[in-house]
Amino acid sequence: MRNPFSTTLLFELSRPGRRAARWPQCDVPAPPVEALVPAEMLAERPPPLPEVAEPEVVRHFTNLSTLNMSVDTHFYPLGSCTMKYNSKRNERLAGLSGLAEVHPLQPHSTVQGLLRLLWELAQMLAEISGLPGVSLQPAAGAQGELTALLVAAAYFRHQGQRRTKVLAPDSAHGTNPASARMAGFEFVTVRSRSDGTVDLDDLAAKLDPQVAVFMITNPSTLGLFDPQVAQIAQRVHALGGLVYLDGANMNAILGKARPGDFGADMMHFNPHKTFSGPHGGGGPGAGPICVAAALEPYLPVPVVVERDGQYFLDEDRPLSIGRVRSFFGNVGVLVRAYCYLRTHGPDGLPQVAEHAVLNANYLLSRVAELMSVPMGRRCMHEFVASAATLKKQTGVTAMDVAKRLLDYGFHAPTVYFPLTVPEALMIEPTETESRQTLDAFADALARILQEPPELLHQAPHTTPVSRPDEVRAARHPVLKWTPPDADQVDGGR
Amino acid sequence: MAYLYNTPDDVAAMLARIGVASIDELFTSLPEELRLKRPLKLPPAMSELELTSHVAQLAAENDDVRRKVCFLGGGAYDHFIPAVIDSLASRGEFYTSYTPYQPEVSQGTLQAMFEYQTLICQLTGMDVSNASLYDGGSAAAEAVLLAMSVTSRSGKVVVLESVHPHYRQILSTYLANLGTELITVRAPGGWVDPAAVAAAVDSHTACVLVQHPNFFGCLEEVAALAEAAHRVGALLVQVFDPISLGLLKRPAELGADVAVAEGQALGIPLSFGGPYLGIMACKEAFVRRLPGRIAGQTVDRRGQRCWVLTLQTREQHIRREKATSNICTNQGLMALRAAIYLALAGPQGLAEVAALCVRKAAYARQQLTLGGRLECRFDRPCFKEFVLRDRQGQVREWLAQAHQAGFLAGLPLGQWYPELDDCLLVAVTEKRSRAEIDALAQVGVGRAGGGAPPAPHVRATRALA
Repeated sequence: MRNPFSTTLLFELSRPGRRAARWPQCDVPAPPVEALVPAEMLAERPPPLPEVAEPEVVRHFTNLSTLNMSVDTHFYPLGSCTMKYNSKRNERLAGLSGLAEVHPLQPHSTVQGLLRLLWELAQMLAEISGLPGVSLQPAAGAQGELTALLVAAAYFRHQGQRRTKVLAPDSAHGTNPASARMAGFEFVTVRSRSDGTVDLDDLAAKLDPQVAVFMITNPSTLGLFDPQVAQIAQRVHALGGLVYLDGANMNAILGKARPGDFGADMMHFNPHKTFSGPHGGGGPGAGPICVAAALEPYLPVPVVVERDGQYFLDEDRPLSIGRVRSFFGNVGVLVRAYCYLRTHGPDGLPQVAEHAVLNANYLLSRVAELMSVPMGRRCMHEFVASAATLKKQTGVTAMDVAKRLLDYGFHAPTVYFPLTVPEALMIEPTETESRQTLDAFADALARILQEPPELLHQAPHTTPVSRPDEVRAARHPVLKWTPPDADQVDGGR
Repeated sequence: MAYLYNTPDDVAAMLARIGVASIDELFTSLPEELRLKRPLKLPPAMSELELTSHVAQLAAENDDVRRKVCFLGGGAYDHFIPAVIDSLASRGEFYTSYTPYQPEVSQGTLQAMFEYQTLICQLTGMDVSNASLYDGGSAAAEAVLLAMSVTSRSGKVVVLESVHPHYRQILSTYLANLGTELITVRAPGGWVDPAAVAAAVDSHTACVLVQHPNFFGCLEEVAALAEAAHRVGALLVQVFDPISLGLLKRPAELGADVAVAEGQALGIPLSFGGPYLGIMACKEAFVRRLPGRIAGQTVDRRGQRCWVLTLQTREQHIRREKATSNICTNQGLMALRAAIYLALAGPQGLAEVAALCVRKAAYARQQLTLGGRLECRFDRPCFKEFVLRDRQGQVREWLAQAHQAGFLAGLPLGQWYPELDDCLLVAVTEKRSRAEIDALAQVGVGRAGGGAPPAPHVRATRALA
């Protein structure tokens, strides 16, 4: 059934003179373009875009879409990414013209409904996090981290303190060190113990008055809640530092525990994970942050505020770090988060956490019979299996297992992360999967582990393409299509 | 609950299998004293029907651009969005997938990324494009960081005052702790004299940041600015308007080293500011310093052409604190929309939209200044936006009057440029009809206020709302 022509590129479909979209004739009596724009600024001809017809654009991209696995079509237990069901009602509501067709610089009086929605969302995030100051502006979790670190830097500068370091455990997402660096800090790694918790001795050795922020992902990327978190926060606070919670894994503790209550001063949410905003093939997400009251004055502008039942965007905040992106933020993603929270309410959110944790532990109980799960028999929302023993015994790697799962119709877990577990397979089923699906996944894994290693090394066998040559892609980068007659000139393919 | 599967029987069987008596037992790693011992104070849950009415009500409280005729610009524009874009981008296989970590089951996303990158290179004339960043403003800041890295200069960055005020604010936020001096060159005539930039740059300057067409809609002398930058070994970063490239010379032809843009105009809804699309393209030599995801072509084990995420050693998940940026996603769905837009438009279509914008803006500029109250503030060629001065100095009052008459008529500029407190910025896209422009020109003239606005080209209503 698969269309064999779907991988033809748009540029190869192009034929001179073919058209898709057409615009109306100009209905104003204005002079031609040449009379309005100086000749030296005009291009000789328009950009050499492909020339295709509307039906072939539709067929092309529709066929391309069928080459993807997605949450709508497959179980997608990609650890740390919280690939839960993306509700259709949220899509429809975010598309309402009163939300989707509103200009970001309209007068506040003309967007009261939208500002109210955003203000209520901020209130809900403050309640869920236990941290009262909210900025909805950051465009992604990584930008939320950067924003919070800039907030921390501004806070210390205002206190007359110069702090130069940011600390995070070795199991942290790569965004933590990269954000610290972008915010102008030196980054220092703190070791984890073999049980996945922060090594308090190593922390003590690295904690000093130069430390601005300790970043912790809790629950961690190993799917474990570090029970020392309050104690860690005490130590950091004792030296005047701040604690940042990477909220990537909030799905596990919604309504169960609040970062503000266990010592965090700042955190970000990933609404595209926790609050089911669709991942869009890699974005857009959003990265709202919540902070303690003392940090609130430093949040980016604008902040949505309410006064006497009227809502507006407050730009006049003298201590603010400024802006981190244009306009207000990824509003379309935030609207979906709002819809998600209003759908679940105070009883539904803890149930999300409960069933996410139940599903993960159930799958863990099945996988642990098949593979090593180094961090033990219990987890929060996800767990990390290891193919290290398997590799030693049979040569089969985590990547082989992951690729073979694709043949069985399952998206692979996250592999080779966190870096602290060798041959890691990080599995996060989410709450929106059935026991039957989890069983089918575990059954497939059991069968795969019985299969000949050679079959696994060559997997996948049934997908639209087999394993790509990634080394070649990196050594001889081909990052765009070039016309065939340019082949000889620049070696393009 | 809304999206859960597990029945009480499932739960019982699963708990038995795990070997615990209750779900609560699974949370024992949460120390008792750290737990929330009360329900969250959130509004009660809503069914789909209730939620739909509630959100539709909130949406109805906003003046959207179907209800008011939109002449607002300033980095976000009311351009027409062909139906094909919504139809294709709403396919679940696109919008419910994630970053293509498993290329064998993500070729749809990867090929679309590769096509997007090619289209952006064709559009700008640049050598390489990434697979997108968050938005135009943060892309401009990332471009400056790239320039600092490429030139190994972090002492000084020169930015033109005619660059979008938000973009300059973002840049200033991003540079706050890096010890870099940010020099802003004034734009007294609505554009910047290249001589003023030549005087501001020196051997410590990493780059010059220019927007063309600029925030005021005026055209800048980019080629001369590029020369001025290159003379001292600095890069030229150009913020462009993708629609304008249907007519104007491409950034590469003008000498830009890095080209960035807000891609919202390419088929992305206004959505009160986001999600939008950060476009970024540069010269080949800088590719390993480029932030963000990049798709590359290769072959699979059967020798078939296919695509993967590549050059990942630039990125945070491999390089951690040494990465080119902390960015770990692109704006995949928005890049897809832009790719579809550019494919639908083609070279002729893009030229048509651009020409409609220029000509309608020229007509509007002329009509709006006929009444005597408004005058052109800058005598400079424009693309689709222009600045008007209210001779009565009552910009907000005039805008309120226009709003009464059914228009979102323009942006008061005093909030960003105190010396332009009596000015407003008006944008005219291909969607604005002659009748709409003529009606806006009547605001504040004679009988004052005018009647109801005429029907715009598009006034479809959605099934919902």
